Amino acid sequence: MKTVPIADCIWEIPPTEKAGMRVPARIYASETLLAGMDAGVFEQVTNVACLPGIVGAALCMPDGHWGYGFPIGGVAAFDAQDGIISPGGIGFDINCGMRVLRTSLTEAEVRPRLTELVDALFAAVPTGVGARGFVRLDDASFGDVMREGAGWCVRHGYGWPEDLEATEGGGCLPGADPAHVSARALARGREQLGTLGSGNHYLEVQVVPPGGVHDAAVARALGIEGPGQVLVMLHCGSRGFGHQVGTDYLRLFDGAMRAYGIVVNDRELACAPFRSPEGQAYFAAMTAAANTAFANRQVITHRVREVMSRVFARDPRELGLSLIYDVCHNTAKLERHVVEGVARDLVVHRKGATRSFGPGAPDVPAAYRHLGQPVIIGGSMETGSALLIGTTHAMRETFGSTAHGAGRTMSRAQAKKRVWGESLMQDMERRGIVIRAASKSGVAEEAGFAYKDLAAVVDVLHRLDISRKVVSLTPMGNIKG
Amino acid sequence: MGFVAARLHGQIPMGRYEVLETVALADCALEIDGVDLDDLFATAARALAELMVDPATLARDVERHVDLAAPALDLLLFDWLGELIALKDVEGAAFPEVEVHVESGTPCRLRGRLAGGRLHGDATVALRADPKAVTFHLFRLEPCSGGWRARVVIDT
Repeated sequence: MKTVPIADCIWEIPPTEKAGMRVPARIYASETLLAGMDAGVFEQVTNVACLPGIVGAALCMPDGHWGYGFPIGGVAAFDAQDGIISPGGIGFDINCGMRVLRTSLTEAEVRPRLTELVDALFAAVPTGVGARGFVRLDDASFGDVMREGAGWCVRHGYGWPEDLEATEGGGCLPGADPAHVSARALARGREQLGTLGSGNHYLEVQVVPPGGVHDAAVARALGIEGPGQVLVMLHCGSRGFGHQVGTDYLRLFDGAMRAYGIVVNDRELACAPFRSPEGQAYFAAMTAAANTAFANRQVITHRVREVMSRVFARDPRELGLSLIYDVCHNTAKLERHVVEGVARDLVVHRKGATRSFGPGAPDVPAAYRHLGQPVIIGGSMETGSALLIGTTHAMRETFGSTAHGAGRTMSRAQAKKRVWGESLMQDMERRGIVIRAASKSGVAEEAGFAYKDLAAVVDVLHRLDISRKVVSLTPMGNIKG
Repeated sequence: MGFVAARLHGQIPMGRYEVLETVALADCALEIDGVDLDDLFATAARALAELMVDPATLARDVERHVDLAAPALDLLLFDWLGELIALKDVEGAAFPEVEVHVESGTPCRLRGRLAGGRLHGDATVALRADPKAVTFHLFRLEPCSGGWRARVVIDT
């Protein structure tokens, strides 16, 4: 497929490349990252460009790789009046996202107790297939979680009021309606609040390495003073509840889109007009799942504070365990963006992509409003992660969006053929990274070599000015499913 | 005759499945062959269970029955695998041993008997991935020279 360079790190696939493309497709990557992208990216991003009501271009971030429906790293905005909404543009793990907490601890303080800490976190946060959490919900209280998100948790003692201010959307997206959620989704999610899941989901103790601060002023505003400071990052989503919401509506849209005369290139892109009854029902259910994901991360945060308080025999506030930020990376949100000089209401789909709102933008916490929204880029368990900050340019270039991670370079099956989980864990421990996992094969799937070079991805984001480097983080301890 | 006993009397799925390693990098793409529809649906269930857990480490002390109907055979397969994924969360169990009877028609129907065990509470159970959902990406079910073939990408 023909890709035309139109600016530094921006490659365009013109609408003439595939029948039905309504807009160009645009891939954000260095030449090296572009060359390493699999064929699925090009096929999928051009399929997205064919969807009704798409505005501007179908986008793929530098961490992009072959997904289902949208590519991972996919961003597309649809007109809120004439456009569609698609579960395949959001993913089944609705509001999968990242959260990072600062601490006042240093590596020197944590290192001697690292194994004890990681073991305690592994015991406190259920991981892996079929795991159940400690929060018990009846139908009424589950409905409250769907409507209130992280706010429900804070109201029930699983968090601090200021956590909400440091969460995208305040930890609660408007429009959730439990009436549009199936009994099956309730049954799947009822006992999973506070569970991590498996795959690439993790809870990680991290440290700012020497030379890891790229913007000292912004880092300080985020509460990061310098190398040696320990942080805690977590990555998870809406668990079985969100997975079932996605399944229910994918199945519904698969039949319903015929009535609207919509034809898609990939059945996983099944969609409905956003303003249709089906589209509105999905938006209400998807929002309920997004709020449940915020609640899930909030309950895990509560567990982290309990564990660290116990291990270090200090109050969590003394440990400085405050939330820096929580970002979603699998959502569709109703946002207003200026397109060719005109403010438009758009349904912005981000699948494996993070919001990156700039200074002064709405929904950026007051403490950060002069800087922009914090952006959390999760890397592999071996190589580390990064904190960035949103930019004004992202508002113009990418509907206020950026990457979400390093992005895979090989499949899980390929990774498992190259390394044993047990030997990788031992090797990581020799390198000072303590890891506990419910599944040893799952560890092998997440080996660092299965991912792109995070620094290369972050460099592209910085060069493009769709988010700016603030801090790099390296892993000390990791728990996963 | 109990279900597990019935399995020992020749009702083991004959089908095969393969993981397609270069498709949908973060997910699990499966190509499944069965000598007939019953065999294909049973083999697909076995593949899904083996994605979740090493079946040799799982008890066989949970039995369930499943009845489904769908307007088309491929949707019946989608719903069947979706049902097994949902049971993983609702029951906390996986079911490596399955007996299925599929009826074509309008609607298509399925009756399945499942045998398996709980995923948690026994440290010797070797957990694998946590499948989230069946996708429609590259999804197909069609007759082939040896019986039936399906391609399914599971979000993991």
